[in-house]
Amino acid sequence: MRELRAEHLTKRFGKTTALDDVTLSFEHGKIHALLGRNGAGKTTLLGIASNRLIPTSGQVLVDGEPVTDNPRALAKVFCTGNVQMTPLSMCVDDLIRHMGRFYEGFDVKRALRLAKMFELNMKAKTGALSTGYRSICQLVMALSLDVDYLLLDEPVLGLDAAHRDLFYRLLMEDYLERGRTVVVATHLIEEVATLVERVAIIDEGRLLMEASADELRASGYSVSGRAEDVRAYCEGLKVLGIDELGSLAMAYVQGEPVRERLTDRLDVAPMSLQKLFVELTGKGE
Amino acid sequence: MNIDPAKDVPLFVQIAEQIEEDVFTGVYVEEDRIPSTNELSALLGINPHTVLKGMNILVDEGIIYKRRGMGMYVQAGAAEKVRAKRRSAFDERYVAALVAEAKKLGLTKDQVVNLIEKGYDHA
Repeated sequence: MRELRAEHLTKRFGKTTALDDVTLSFEHGKIHALLGRNGAGKTTLLGIASNRLIPTSGQVLVDGEPVTDNPRALAKVFCTGNVQMTPLSMCVDDLIRHMGRFYEGFDVKRALRLAKMFELNMKAKTGALSTGYRSICQLVMALSLDVDYLLLDEPVLGLDAAHRDLFYRLLMEDYLERGRTVVVATHLIEEVATLVERVAIIDEGRLLMEASADELRASGYSVSGRAEDVRAYCEGLKVLGIDELGSLAMAYVQGEPVRERLTDRLDVAPMSLQKLFVELTGKGE
Repeated sequence: MNIDPAKDVPLFVQIAEQIEEDVFTGVYVEEDRIPSTNELSALLGINPHTVLKGMNILVDEGIIYKRRGMGMYVQAGAAEKVRAKRRSAFDERYVAALVAEAKKLGLTKDQVVNLIEKGYDHA
C-alpha cells in the first residue's frame, strides 16, 4: 500500500520522550493535517520521516520501505521546517540553481515563477531572510520538487495574511495537478480545515485521534444555557470541558446531541475543529 | 458561492445546497455544464474529495449527471425536481419553526395567521 507510515515510533531526547509508541499512516494522494500543541512531537515525527532524526525505536516506512538511511525511500520525501539546511551565505537564486543540480525533477522555472509571486528577493542571502521569507523560500522549493510525499512543518510561520492565502491556493493547485501526499503540521487549525481530507492529532508524544475532517467536525458539539440545565443535560455524557459564566454554562460534549434531553432552554451549536482540538489537548487549566 | 466552515452544516452538504440553489434560481439551466470538482476546489480552497462528496449527493438526486470526460451537467427537469423537494420540505423547515417560536412568544393561532396575512400583502 502506498503510504507514509510510522510504526511504534518512539524518540527520546535524554529524559524527554518526544514520541511515545506512535503508530500512524498517511495514505498516499491525500492532504493530511498533523495537529498538536507546541512540543507535542510534530516536528520530531516529520524529522524522523525525513531522516533528520534517528528513532529510539520503531520505524517510518515509505511505501513499505524504511526511510532511515535509505536513499531510495528518502528520494520520495521532502520536509520543510524551521531547520537551516543550506549555506547561510547563499543567495536565493543560487539556491534555486543548486536545487536543480541536486534534486532530480526539480523544476527551476516553476521555482522562479513562485518566488516572483511571493516577491522573494532573489539576491538576498538565505541566512538574512526574515522568518516569513525563510518559510516562503522553503515552500517555493517544496512546491517545485517532484516528490510523492511533501511534509510541511508549520508552513505559514511568519507569513502575513496575503502570503498565507497565496500559499494555500498554490498548495491546492499543486495537489489538483499532481495528487501527491501532503502532510501539514500546524496549530493553525481553522486555516487548513477546508484543505485537508484527514486529520491526525498528537499530544505529548502520543496519537490522540485520526479521522476524516468531516468525521472530526461532527464528533463534538456545544450545549449552552443555565448552568443547572446544562449540568443536567451532560449527566453521564462524555464532556470535554465546561465553561461557566455566572449562572450560564457552555459544555463541550463528544458524540451526537441527545434529542430527548434537549429543551427550549438549551442551545446546541457545532464545535469548531479549533475548539475541539483545544478541549481534547487542554490540560484543564 | 458562499461556503462557511464555521456553519452547522457539513462542508459537502453546503456545496450540494449551493449548487442546488443555483439550479433553482436559474444560474445554471438544463444541460448547462457546471464547474468541475477541480475548478470548485481551486476556487473555494476546499479539498476536492469534499467537493466530490457534495456533487455526488446531487447526482444521486438526479439534479446533475456526469458526461464521461466532459464534466458535470444539469439534468433535464432538475429545477422542477428541486422545486418539488423544497415544497415538501417547506412545512418542516419553516412552518414548524414558526409555530414553535410563536408558542414561545405566547401568540395565539389567530394572531399568527393575521401576521402571515399582513406579511403576504406586503411582500
